[in-house]
Amino acid sequence: MAYLELQNLQREFAGGVRALDGIEVQLGQGEFLSLLGPSGCGKTTALRLVAGFDRPDEGRIVIDGKDITNVAPSKRDMGMVFQAYSLFPNMTAAQNVEFGLKIRRKGKGERSGRVGELLELVGLGHAGDRYPHQLSGGMQQRVALARALAIEPRVLLLDEPLSALDAKVRVQLREEIRRIQLELGITTLYVTHDQEEALAISDHVAVMYRGRIEQIGPPAEMYSRPATPFVAEFIGTMNRLEATVSDPTSGTVEHGGVTLTVDAARGRTKGDRILVLIRPETVELAPENGSNPANTLSGEVIAQTFLGPVTRLKVVGPGADLIADVSTAKAATLPIGMKVTAALPVTDARVLELSDEGFEIAEEPGQAGR
Amino acid sequence: MPFFAYTLLFLFLPAASVLIGAFQKDTSGYTLDNVRALFHHPYIDAYWGSVKLSLVTAALGGVVGLFIAYAALREGTPKWIRGALTTFSGVAANFGGIPLAFAFIATLGPLGVLTVFLKNQLHLDIAAHGFSLFSMTGIGLAYLYFQLPLMILVIAPAIDGVRKEWREASANLGASQLQFWRYVGVPVLMPSILGAIILLFGNAFAAYATAYGINSGANLITIFIGSYYSGNVLNNPHLAQAMAFGMFIVLGLMMLIYIPLQRRAARWAK
Ligand SMILES: Nc1ncnc2c1ncn2[C@@H]1O[C@H](COP(=O)(O)OP(=O)(O)OP(=O)(O)O)[C@@H](O)[C@H]1O
Ligand SMILES: [Mg+2]
Repeated sequence: MAYLELQNLQREFAGGVRALDGIEVQLGQGEFLSLLGPSGCGKTTALRLVAGFDRPDEGRIVIDGKDITNVAPSKRDMGMVFQAYSLFPNMTAAQNVEFGLKIRRKGKGERSGRVGELLELVGLGHAGDRYPHQLSGGMQQRVALARALAIEPRVLLLDEPLSALDAKVRVQLREEIRRIQLELGITTLYVTHDQEEALAISDHVAVMYRGRIEQIGPPAEMYSRPATPFVAEFIGTMNRLEATVSDPTSGTVEHGGVTLTVDAARGRTKGDRILVLIRPETVELAPENGSNPANTLSGEVIAQTFLGPVTRLKVVGPGADLIADVSTAKAATLPIGMKVTAALPVTDARVLELSDEGFEIAEEPGQAGR
Repeated sequence: MPFFAYTLLFLFLPAASVLIGAFQKDTSGYTLDNVRALFHHPYIDAYWGSVKLSLVTAALGGVVGLFIAYAALREGTPKWIRGALTTFSGVAANFGGIPLAFAFIATLGPLGVLTVFLKNQLHLDIAAHGFSLFSMTGIGLAYLYFQLPLMILVIAPAIDGVRKEWREASANLGASQLQFWRYVGVPVLMPSILGAIILLFGNAFAAYATAYGINSGANLITIFIGSYYSGNVLNNPHLAQAMAFGMFIVLGLMMLIYIPLQRRAARWAK
């Protein structure tokens, strides 16, 4: 049974911005769910509704069977971690963590015991006496996490808690957040625009776009079975080949003058416009040798981007415009300017209906930020 | 370097001349008589009058100004209110002297518009209730006219510095609005509040023309100094210099109270 439910949340801001357009999310107890989406898609708005800092125009928030849509934030028992700079500057790390317990009139002994435990939990047992401005950004976020956990909240809410930190600390801290979350079994709603982060630490990921949830599911499923063109584009990197169904029985489609056989296109209507989705790491590149096997595009390597163990190649030719990830060792044999063939694993490729309504992603997925 | 020359020329030289003059005799040579006289009637009373007036208007202006500024600046208040208040404060904080005195006499004097209105229309005779614009209370009221806006101007940046995240985090942890202000808002603002109040104190302490315009016989040290310089009572410029020197001392004493308080309030920011 769902522990936290967001039911049909709608929120329109003055000026006609539809920040949320019917959000439906359910979290089981102890579940870690990420809201993932590009800047401006409404993630923060959704989280603020759950925390009670803002009210929905329509819809309900239900926790443990009780409707809390109109409960004041101070009565919700939600622990919130903000993006940055949320620690009370006039209190030490320990006093920050203690704040919620003091408000709840816990005894002094209980308070200091608990503060000590929590600081240990986030790896800051030694830094309790420091003021926020004496802590690094990563340490501040650890304190903020400890402070939110101190009140034993029913739900932990995090709004891009790592986005102000540098890459290395970000990866390290996200693992720790996950470890602590599992250790305490706390129901968690996590907001991020970083797809890698969301996939790495969540039980479920909900991809948001323009105030709506496009798809919700376990990370592996989001990656391998994107349900909409937007999700396909936003999660990982995806080649999207526009094609027209030419023979529904055999699954033959036409893409830029080349015929491909795609199992998933079988049973569609002739003339249907579809998108064939191909992950870059599944494209097989080889130097052109005159032969022209089935399901192969040809073109020229026009760019190489070194990504560490793999190198990303851009291949452009008549009817071909795609990217392929190959091992860096192999990339050395495929220099810029070389004519290559690209074999596509079209037999088990995913196919999406191409709707007339296009979409655009404002920023490079995964590197978006503000 | 230009700044140094500037302070030397316009700050230290006048101060030094007052300092030296305070200890000079009418004829020639040095004496402590002028300074000693400050501790006696009527001068000591005038200092006390000035200090009281400054403390009360600084405290009142500070507290009320703080509330007004917060109400106008917090989110949810329409933007134009903020703009209007800042503009008005900028003007009002610099409105003083004879024009302000005249404005108050025309409004709250014995025959002022408001006094007459209250008496005739609302049957509220403020004079019968003991109010006189020419009293210290009346002068204080006029001072508040520039003290309040000055507080608003000075404290506004600090209030803007109170982050939304702090308020939300505090609510999130179960605190009421009042608890937020008690444990976070006021402590965070305290260094700025103290700084603003000492500024307001100095502002009132050194004011002259407003009080003079309302009541040229008011028991304030600046009015005493003024009357010596205009030369109608006594003709001892060195006594006037001694009185000015005494004002430096009072301000110095205020700083002695202020600095440790300030240090305590801001210990988390070091
Ligand atoms: N208080 C507000 N008043 C008016 N518009 C708002 C307000 N808050 C958010 N918006 C608008 O609502 C939309 C969604 O904003 P939101 O902050 O939820 O996005 P987000 O997904 O958190 O983006 P980001 O990744 O940039 O933080 C945006 O277009 C934003 O400009
Ligand atoms: Mg946001």
